[in-house]
Amino acid sequence: MSIGPSEHPNRAPGKVFADGMVAALRSVFFYVLLGNYVGIGALAYEFGFSLGWMVLSTLLVWAAPAQVILISTLGTATLVEVALAVTLSSVRFLPMVAALVPMLRREGGRQRDLLLPMHLTAISVWVEGMRLLPARPREQRVAFYNGLGVGLIMAAIIGSAIGFYLAARLPPLFAATLLFFTPLALLMSSARNSRTLLDGLAFGLGLVVGPIVAAQKIGLDLMWTGLIAGTIAYVVHRVREAKAKVTP
Amino acid sequence: MTFGMEPYLALILLGFLPSEIWRWLGIVLGRGLDEQSEIILWVRGVATALIAAVVARIVLIPPGALASVPLSVRLAAICGGFLAFLLIRRSAFAGVLAGEAVLIAGILAFGG
Amino acid sequence: MTATMADIGPVLALILVGFLPNEVWRLLGLVLVRGLDEKSQAIIWVRAVATAMLAGVLAQLVLASSGALATIPLGVRIGAAGLGFVAFLIARRSVFVGVVTGEAAVMMGAYAFAP
Repeated sequence: MSIGPSEHPNRAPGKVFADGMVAALRSVFFYVLLGNYVGIGALAYEFGFSLGWMVLSTLLVWAAPAQVILISTLGTATLVEVALAVTLSSVRFLPMVAALVPMLRREGGRQRDLLLPMHLTAISVWVEGMRLLPARPREQRVAFYNGLGVGLIMAAIIGSAIGFYLAARLPPLFAATLLFFTPLALLMSSARNSRTLLDGLAFGLGLVVGPIVAAQKIGLDLMWTGLIAGTIAYVVHRVREAKAKVTP
Repeated sequence: MTFGMEPYLALILLGFLPSEIWRWLGIVLGRGLDEQSEIILWVRGVATALIAAVVARIVLIPPGALASVPLSVRLAAICGGFLAFLLIRRSAFAGVLAGEAVLIAGILAFGG
Repeated sequence: MTATMADIGPVLALILVGFLPNEVWRLLGLVLVRGLDEKSQAIIWVRAVATAMLAGVLAQLVLASSGALATIPLGVRIGAAGLGFVAFLIARRSVFVGVVTGEAAVMMGAYAFAP
């Protein structure tokens, strides 16, 4: 079995990193992120955040739902409420990073080498990484994943800058269209990822319960909506599972 | 809930959780996969509901330029987009396009 | 604790309630798979930050008290907290003793120094 130059275990880390970035550019996620973040950038503008803050949020948080929560609630909610909503929305990172680490570990690898891949992990980076890493020799995987992550984060940053700029300069019709992109994208991606009744029910209930809870004006409405609607959906799921077991 | 409960909430979060988390993890890992997957399922439900709440929030309490768009147009656009998604092989792209199209049509027709 | 972004600015808010609650899960994923030693620097840092935040909350509760606590003079509140802590240390780090002592101190102080 002959290996091409790019699969050679001793390929310079800089080159492997660049390989990762090229993979990012060729990934469909590059354009999905670009488009997604155009909407988020516009949202940031309309809610009064600076472009610098928007870019910083992408670098530090790197999670579209969390960033949308931050942008749309920081102005009005208390910090505790925002923190709770953000933390609830990001739990999925735990199993993602947990699944990633075995792919990246290697003999003699330093623990802190895993910190950057850990931070760069987001759904798009993770999905592409899971797809492309197995083909790479272990020595290269960390550098490759980093390149992939950095490449995709750049798509997000560019997108957010474009969205921010456009929102500032476009007439109201176009600005409204731009702003509406985010709720549409969140809805579609949630719908697409919803494989079971649990997901669909949780989403539907969230749509209904959300405004009801918010109208109560008790604070922490995002957290309560998540807990109430999510728990109901989970309970329904469990009841159905139990029934399915009883009736063979 | 805002009536002075935040300090205690913060206390629970910041004082209790960081150390408790390690103990919970120990229990969960000890009991094995079953407990873990049930917890994961519940958390997934909560997170999904949260995202839905954010979507509802943006549609119902819209910022900036969206605020001048009539509520009925916004709702129609979200529903139209979702419908297109369902009809066109669950394509997110189609859904977003359709939703935007309905929004633009609505703005042109009913002002905003 | 009814603090909003307006109180600490957007960047600090971003770091405290955007970055931290978010990154926690990534870190936990790493630790769970033993990708990172529990005693590693990252975890130590996280616990330090959490502890610092807790200290901040406590300070705020004592110093900027609202509601019924506000009617108790500041000196009494601080003194009671201090007394409670000292009692905790003396009683071989018993949380119960510390809390009871602090409570007793604040009640006596409120009575004695009522405005």
